Amino acid sequence: MSPSVLVASIRKERRDASTFVLDVSFEAPPGITILFGASGAGKSTLLDCLAGLVRPDTGKIVIGENVLFDSAMHIDAPSRKRRIAYVFQSLALFPHLTVEQNIAYGLRDISERDQRARVEEILQALRIANLRNQRPAQISGGEKQRTALARSLVTQPRLLLLDEPLTGLDAELKAAIVADLRTWNASKRIPILYVTHSREEVDALGERVIAIDNGRVVSRGAPMEVLDAPRRKRLAQAAGFENLLSSTVLDLREPDGVMRVRLAESACEIEVPLAHAFEGDRVQIAIRAGDILLASQRPIELSARNILEGKILSLEQRGTMCIARVDCGVTFVVHVTPGAVRALELATEKQVWLVLKTHSCHLVD
Amino acid sequence: MNSLRLSLELAGCVAAILLLIGMPVAYWLAYSSWRGKFLLESVVALPLVLPPTVLGFYALLAMGPRGPLGKLWMALFGHGLAFTFAGLVLASVVYSFPFAVQPLMVSFEAVDRKLLDASALLGASKWRTFRRIILPLSLPGVVTALVLSFAHTLGEFGVVLMVGGNLAGVTRTVSIDIYDRVQSLEYGEANRLALLLLAIAFAVLCFVYAVNRRVWTPAWTRWTTK
Repeated sequence: MSPSVLVASIRKERRDASTFVLDVSFEAPPGITILFGASGAGKSTLLDCLAGLVRPDTGKIVIGENVLFDSAMHIDAPSRKRRIAYVFQSLALFPHLTVEQNIAYGLRDISERDQRARVEEILQALRIANLRNQRPAQISGGEKQRTALARSLVTQPRLLLLDEPLTGLDAELKAAIVADLRTWNASKRIPILYVTHSREEVDALGERVIAIDNGRVVSRGAPMEVLDAPRRKRLAQAAGFENLLSSTVLDLREPDGVMRVRLAESACEIEVPLAHAFEGDRVQIAIRAGDILLASQRPIELSARNILEGKILSLEQRGTMCIARVDCGVTFVVHVTPGAVRALELATEKQVWLVLKTHSCHLVD
Repeated sequence: MNSLRLSLELAGCVAAILLLIGMPVAYWLAYSSWRGKFLLESVVALPLVLPPTVLGFYALLAMGPRGPLGKLWMALFGHGLAFTFAGLVLASVVYSFPFAVQPLMVSFEAVDRKLLDASALLGASKWRTFRRIILPLSLPGVVTALVLSFAHTLGEFGVVLMVGGNLAGVTRTVSIDIYDRVQSLEYGEANRLALLLLAIAFAVLCFVYAVNRRVWTPAWTRWTTK
């Protein structure tokens, strides 16, 4: 085993209003691994268990050769001995200490000279050297995030946990911080668990993804595999599939690798990829709003198999995107550009045709 | 003016002792997850609702020659505890206990738990977390505790009378002095002492509320321990 792979299996039952069970096992090699899931899926509980803030009921947490927790062996290292850096969503900077004092807080048992050198190095690496004498209340959101990151990284942790640390930052700032984090980790090679519920962040970070839903690992792999063909309804919603339609399987056409389904209680029938199902089964179909084509006349001679006639219910401009709701017996959400709205003279009540490629229709549980 | 100096000495001693023993108690009350902690909370708050004479009465019994504290004191120092300055300090510490513990507890509780988690994850022990995070962030509470226990001791009457009696220079505090003067119809002298006490009490409360409202921040509350 390479020296710093995180191997964890954790079971934790939480009883408050309703019983919630976190039951996961996974590995995270050096580099960024994204923990993706809707809020309430158990991502933060998982990080708390890894960090030793919450004690799992059973399980084992190992980083390289260091066993941090093992319920069978009665091993439970306290948080302060785990050498795990954890950047909370709230960042938890010490408000009464300066940026420099915050960063130096975790450095002990080394000479003052080494301390200063280490602080200096990380101040430079994260480009916050100019802020050293400021207090958290005096610096911007992005600067706070950099400070929190620096405070964690300077201790040379075995594992870095990031709980949605970059929410609320614009994409450019986020990308810059992640780039600096990657540069830092190029030499340290520690596993980094990055928790997010934002599909955009997953795309931007683009590494291994572990998808969690309702306390379980539901999917893992590259972002494309995990998020573009979600197998669970909640994951599909979180991953930005605007259209989730419950449907009934009509017939299977195995030679073609497709099956026909009827959407909800409507008369709409579409062709979707073949799945393990039987006639009469209820299935959920997930379709991205951006994957649907919109035409102002019935299209002919298309490779796409699914053409539905409908009426525009509403049009709403959001930034550089228009969100159209189209009634075809069931309501579809379709994303189009403002240019398309003008070219097709789209307006409410206008008759339109929706075009769905078979492989844009994903089956979810 | 002997009595005023005695009162100030008493209040100073009591406030200092209370700060030392109040902190661990307040820390425990703020952070323990023991379900029976309301019991200790109730005990700590008792002096708030008990008449000082009740407290003083039991303190006197405990400190008397046949009481456990009195016997212990006799064995250690060769003289009794009742009607001495030490006895007065002891009774006053009990009497002013909630005035020190409650502000400390409230301000400890107000510190964001995430900061404590962050500190632990950065390798800090509980003691280091207390010293470097909890204490500096609770300074207004510490100031309040110190000042309130000082002021409360300065103004006490019933407990002092029960435990200390009325020995000039030993246990005659300013509040008892005032009572004495009124009894012997020295209204002018009583008024002078009473006004002084009133002024001190008002100044002290102004200070506490100003610190808590952050009207201004005294330099020594801005310290950060290294």
